[in-house]
Amino acid sequence: MVRSVTSFGRSGLSDWLVQRVSAVIILAWFMCIGGTLMGGVDYTQWKTIFDGTSMRVFTLLAILSLAAHAWIGMWAVGTDYLTERLMGPRGNVLRLAYQIGCSLVIFVYVIWGIQILWG
Amino acid sequence: MLQVSIYRYNPETDAEPYMQDVQVDTGGKDLMVLDVLEMIKSQDTTVGYRRSCREGVCGSDGINMNGVNGLACITPLSETVKNNKLVLRPLPGLPVVRDLVVDMSMFYAQYEKVQPYLQNDTPAPAIERLQSPEDREKLDGLYECILCACCSAACPSFWWNPDRFIGPSGLLQAYRFLADTRDTATDERLAQLDDPFSVFRCHGIQNCVNVCPKGLNPTRAIGHIRNMLLSRAT
Ligand code: SF4
Ligand code: SF4
Ligand code: FES
Repeated sequence: MVRSVTSFGRSGLSDWLVQRVSAVIILAWFMCIGGTLMGGVDYTQWKTIFDGTSMRVFTLLAILSLAAHAWIGMWAVGTDYLTERLMGPRGNVLRLAYQIGCSLVIFVYVIWGIQILWG
Repeated sequence: MLQVSIYRYNPETDAEPYMQDVQVDTGGKDLMVLDVLEMIKSQDTTVGYRRSCREGVCGSDGINMNGVNGLACITPLSETVKNNKLVLRPLPGLPVVRDLVVDMSMFYAQYEKVQPYLQNDTPAPAIERLQSPEDREKLDGLYECILCACCSAACPSFWWNPDRFIGPSGLLQAYRFLADTRDTATDERLAQLDDPFSVFRCHGIQNCVNVCPKGLNPTRAIGHIRNMLLSRAT
């Protein structure tokens, strides 16, 4: 069995499941927002929607889903192309740098999202 | 005259691979690609390729014809030639030993990983382990694989991770033993597959299904394995 310490859930099945479930949550969130926007909203209505705790929690869930989804996807891309097999030992260094970069960006987006929601 | 372009590489004499252009007189017949190769070899004996049964049974002459993997012996020219041109290359993604001959070690190593033999720890019956016709039917579409590697060598996930992703061919065989009611090692087999690479590198693009010369469907088998893993874990 192949070990990988940097994958999201450490098991292929859990990563796969998280990828599927998070996709559904993200889709549901965008449909919800899309539906609201189609109905036509002004600033005060928009603000009341996001003042409600349920919408904030839903949005946070969507942000966290997006973060997990992005990490699993980016991790798969990195372990396909930035590898020792394809580029020699340099691949390992590049991949680690890429993974740190990705996790930083995702982390910043999550914090920023929380700030917007509760700020 | 058919215009054939063949990948040539002899690591002992060539600095790098090159394409050799050859004209072949097919006499207007719809020959198999292997016939064309034999005609070329009768002119130039240095051309290297594998073949044995010449009837789609042994799986030794998997090559890339005009960009598509297949068995040279059962691929008629009418099926692959476009604009009177035939480009022959070794199976992609595997190291070239010489010309159209590739090193299959990585492919076999993955096959070995799935333990492709029946495991049963119950006492052996006097004559044989029986199976109902319905249970036997579950192995149809799985046991027919001839290990030609056309599928795995067409799979991008296998190109990038041939050491960690088992690949369509190996996974089809993994499922062949998971689906066998006489096998008692199902749980151990599944435990070996539950990492992020062995099964889950498959992204369902179905290149494997498109090229399998035996008409098998590795993607479907991979889906079954995933479902077995899911029901085992939840
Ligand atoms: S469906 Fe899966 S195994 Fe088949 S070619 Fe695509 S990634 Fe490879
Ligand atoms: S599944 Fe088909 S293409 Fe793949 S090795 Fe078996 S026979 Fe060849
Ligand atoms: S020569 Fe045996 S499969 Fe083609």
